[in-house]
Amino acid sequence: MSVRPLLEVEGISKRFGGLQAVDEVSFGVPHGTIVALIGPNGAGKTTIFNLIAGALRCDTGAVRLDGVDIVGLRPDLACGAGIARTFQVVRPFSTLTVLDNVMVGAFKRTRSTVTAHRTAWQILERLGLADKAGTTAMSLTLPERKRLEVARALATRPKLLLLDEVMAGLRPAEIDVTVKIFAELSREMELAILLTEHVMRAVMALSHHIVVVHHGQKICEGPPEMVARDPQVIACYLGAAPTGT
Amino acid sequence: MKSSISPLASRRVALALALFVAAMLVLPLFAGNYVVSILVVVLFSAYVGQAWNLMMGYAGQLSLGHALYVGLGAYVSSGLFVHYGLPPWIGMLAGMAVAGLAGIAIAALSFRFGVTGVYFALLTIAFAEFTRIAFNHFGWVGGSSGLYLPVVTLTHDDIVHLRGSPRMFYYVLLALTLAALALSHLLLGQRIGFYWRAIREDQEAAQAAGIDVFRYKIAAAALSATMTAIAGTLMAFYDNNLYPDTTFGIGRSIDIITAPIIGGLGTLFGPILGAFVLTTLSETMTSLSASLGVNGLKQWIYGAALLVIVMLQPAGLWPWFKTFLRLDEERR
Repeated sequence: MSVRPLLEVEGISKRFGGLQAVDEVSFGVPHGTIVALIGPNGAGKTTIFNLIAGALRCDTGAVRLDGVDIVGLRPDLACGAGIARTFQVVRPFSTLTVLDNVMVGAFKRTRSTVTAHRTAWQILERLGLADKAGTTAMSLTLPERKRLEVARALATRPKLLLLDEVMAGLRPAEIDVTVKIFAELSREMELAILLTEHVMRAVMALSHHIVVVHHGQKICEGPPEMVARDPQVIACYLGAAPTGT
Repeated sequence: MKSSISPLASRRVALALALFVAAMLVLPLFAGNYVVSILVVVLFSAYVGQAWNLMMGYAGQLSLGHALYVGLGAYVSSGLFVHYGLPPWIGMLAGMAVAGLAGIAIAALSFRFGVTGVYFALLTIAFAEFTRIAFNHFGWVGGSSGLYLPVVTLTHDDIVHLRGSPRMFYYVLLALTLAALALSHLLLGQRIGFYWRAIREDQEAAQAAGIDVFRYKIAAAALSATMTAIAGTLMAFYDNNLYPDTTFGIGRSIDIITAPIIGGLGTLFGPILGAFVLTTLSETMTSLSASLGVNGLKQWIYGAALLVIVMLQPAGLWPWFKTFLRLDEERR
């Protein structure tokens, strides 16, 4: 890679007791691109997310955003540096309205309630949640809550968005709509996205680059067509099926 | 579309509030001393309940030791008055500083070491109890035999030295209660209010959304403690006597939190409504017990009434009261 990627992950490892959850994993996310991190359940994808977002600290290795080391940065400071995340198990602020949830995120870049309100509205409209703005987060359906997670993360104006299985549980038609929105967002806002996903339909349609992890180790990376044909990936992850899409 | 935390955006709520303030302003002109003295207790409870509600109702941090801050506000200002003749309003500032620092110290110690939730609540009780025991042996303010403020008979109310009739304390407390209401309303519409509510809902998600959780929790504790200390000074100059066991006792801490819980946690008007309902109930039961000559009747009925309210309106009386008065019709 000639240009330095936005996010550089270099040989990060994390051990939980006897389990080597992440083992010397390296990859990069260039500016404005969409990279997918895939692998079977328990492969270490969410742990890698937590290491990048500051929720966990890696035992060894380096994580750099725009060339700046961010290992050990608290999650709120990582957010300030430009990394926003969603949680696999959604964590909306339940008794707050949808609008207020997103305003909380928007306050990262402004003190003004008026500005935060405006930013939040724009994002809600962009994600098709504007008609739900006044309802409490707990009364949303699960797909809506997932979108709310994304909206709240986007409101912090990140350079890098970490999406942890936001498509899970969506119907195929909803997946296609969501895929289209993310592709547009990434283009419009020059936003880099790192996503984990089990929905291969979305992964194949969305990502420029795929990183495959298994038992905490990176086993393959490359463009979607190449990864889908890799025999190791087919064996461990996609199963014995003849095609990956 | 308004944000959910701006109840004053509703014209009906604003009107109801204006009527309430007007009624409270003229009431002492007609009411007798007995009624005014009960309303002093109501307003004390409403004011302190609001201070506690900022910390628990909005920032979600349960303090069961708020008597500590009442006591520090009371003892610091009274001690300075008795020993050095310092006017109570200046002593009040000193009390606020001491209480605010105590609030910061307790919160910082707990949150730095990951003590949260019920364990934080236990810690707040512990600190109030330490202080109660310490003050029982603190000779400068009279120890366990109490601290007495000199009572002087005046022909007029002296607001500078806080010496005067219940009517004067009534107006001071009314002003404080309304100021606390205005401050709460203001803060909730600002970034800090959004952050507090986010922290209350989910600390980890709040942190991921960019909030310095530690800092905003400390801010809530500091503000709540400082506000509570003001009430302590007024209580001391109203009662003219202080005993560590009642001032710092767990009973007072429980009294402080009952009104906002019954009124509605995390609501703007809940603590005020709760204070009116509970104090009125308590006073009615006291006079009923006395007139019937049945000891302990008050506690029975008061306890039963609390039980009924909590069972029927677990979210507090305010949400029900608001619907009852049709105050939320303009909400979208």
